[in-house]
Amino acid sequence: MSSVSESLPPPTTATGPVAWVRDKLFSSPLNTVLTLLSVWLLLMTLPPLVEWGLINAHFTAATSAECRASPGACWAFIGQKYRFILFGIYPYDEQWRPLLAAIILTSLIVVSCMRRFWKPRLVGIWAVGLTLVGILMWGGVFGLTYVENTNWGGLPLTLILATFGVAFAFPLGVLLALGRRSRMPAIKTICVVYIELIRGVPLISLLFMSSVMLPLFLPEGFTIDKLLRAQIAIIMFAAAYIAEVVRGGLQAIPKGQYEGADSLGLSYWQKMGLVILPQALKIVIPPMVSLFIAVFKDTSLVVIIGIFDLMNATKTSLVDPAWRGFSIEAYLFISAIYFVFCYSMSKYSQQLEKQLATGHKR
Amino acid sequence: MAAPIIELQQVNKWYGEFHVLKNINLSVARGERIVICGPSGSGKSTMIRCINRLEEHQRGHIIVDGTELTNDLKNIEAIRREVGMVFQHFNLFPHLTVLENLTLGPIWVLKKPKAEAEATAMKYLERVRIPEQAKKYPGQLSGGQQQRVAIARSLCMNPKIMLFDEPTSALDPEMVKEVLDVMIQLAEEGGMTMLCVTHEMGFAKAVAHRVIFMDRGEIVEQNKPDEFFANPQNERTKLFLSQILH
Repeated sequence: MSSVSESLPPPTTATGPVAWVRDKLFSSPLNTVLTLLSVWLLLMTLPPLVEWGLINAHFTAATSAECRASPGACWAFIGQKYRFILFGIYPYDEQWRPLLAAIILTSLIVVSCMRRFWKPRLVGIWAVGLTLVGILMWGGVFGLTYVENTNWGGLPLTLILATFGVAFAFPLGVLLALGRRSRMPAIKTICVVYIELIRGVPLISLLFMSSVMLPLFLPEGFTIDKLLRAQIAIIMFAAAYIAEVVRGGLQAIPKGQYEGADSLGLSYWQKMGLVILPQALKIVIPPMVSLFIAVFKDTSLVVIIGIFDLMNATKTSLVDPAWRGFSIEAYLFISAIYFVFCYSMSKYSQQLEKQLATGHKR
Repeated sequence: MAAPIIELQQVNKWYGEFHVLKNINLSVARGERIVICGPSGSGKSTMIRCINRLEEHQRGHIIVDGTELTNDLKNIEAIRREVGMVFQHFNLFPHLTVLENLTLGPIWVLKKPKAEAEATAMKYLERVRIPEQAKKYPGQLSGGQQQRVAIARSLCMNPKIMLFDEPTSALDPEMVKEVLDVMIQLAEEGGMTMLCVTHEMGFAKAVAHRVIFMDRGEIVEQNKPDEFFANPQNERTKLFLSQILH
């Protein structure tokens, strides 16, 4: 027989819910024990949680006394305080401005995440968007009252710190990573010292230094805004970590890729920008996004130098004597906010990895 | 006689303590096709990689098309524009399509407009007989196809010299021929200076003007292919040939 054998479909295994349960949940004694344990844990925790958060909860209440009457959650507290939590001490009547600014900032980030907007005009979109955010937050023009940035707070501030933190730390981190692999000893030394020094101290100490020590070294009468100092500290901190993540990606690129680019006569920056970095950055998407998520959450450390980000605004909202003792509700609320942003980043990174996959590499 | 396009004078190179190239002298005429063979570790790859400065020589002079290779980056980039290289492991850029691989150099190094670069790229893809793969990524092609793309990528830069560093040794046996056919075709068109490190003796007999045998960092013997295979002079050459020609 010289004819080619026919390709057959794969064998159909037993399917259906019963088969699935047997296969996934009770396939071995250990698996059975783990399944039962999980079910027991869920039974122990879920009903009380539902009872506290939904059944016995107060969604509206005029005073905190009404809430205290029953053992459930007091979501009415959030109803009372959400504006303070979200916008901090920004003037109450003007709080539509930070709301709009936060929406613009989020939209900018969402737009930047879509590959079809990855064109030069994206820079223009950002310039316009950030100008709008600046006008809305500061005001002082177009009949908007001027609001000092010491009065900014809440979610917009967290978004600003995180966005600028990542936006500036990323290119800086890439340069540091390239510098650390440079053949020029001076550049290499500077980068190594910077990275190791910054990574060797906690972010909190950097923030303290920026807020307490830095002014001591500056000449008389010369001050840098406190928010800007915190922002710079975050950028410097994140850059050192990004550099090491990028360096990991660079090391994963085979030598042949450098030689292929060299043999075409590409210059160093062309080689890095067109051949090496696109591949290296693709490899490090998962750790890079973890880092971005960490930066987003670490902005909450500005609490310690008295900047009213989302975290600090929440903490402050708990101090109101009329509404004492609802910290669980408050922290659950901002946890949900943090989670939405962080989970979106994580989901996006998985999608991006799939989109950028171009088959197994040589 | 016209000036040689490549001239190696007393070239020496060490890897640490290991003396990998010992006093290499070689002069290649314009349009000449040379096959370099020898046991592994004999320095043959290192020698041709010195010609476009993927490796640095430590003593002696290398002059390519009238320009001496020094540490001057401008010099190195200028020479690399004239010298195409095909690698054992292809070294295509996996994140770019075949067409983008071919147009990257012309657009960024030769500053050609995109449309013109793409037209040239398609011309060379047809020359290596895979125009239908232009939109695919290298990872979707077979080894033989990838190597033909790599050859086309080098040709798109319109080089005066082509270096081949064991272009068929990483390929499955049934794909060697398709790559050799492309190389033979390129040789038969004439005009291109080719240096090829390979053990494909059939290829050497078919197209080479000269065969060079290297061993332990030295050029041991060189001759016209007929003479080289029929009548090797040196004992080491004889031993090597007896090992690869059964």
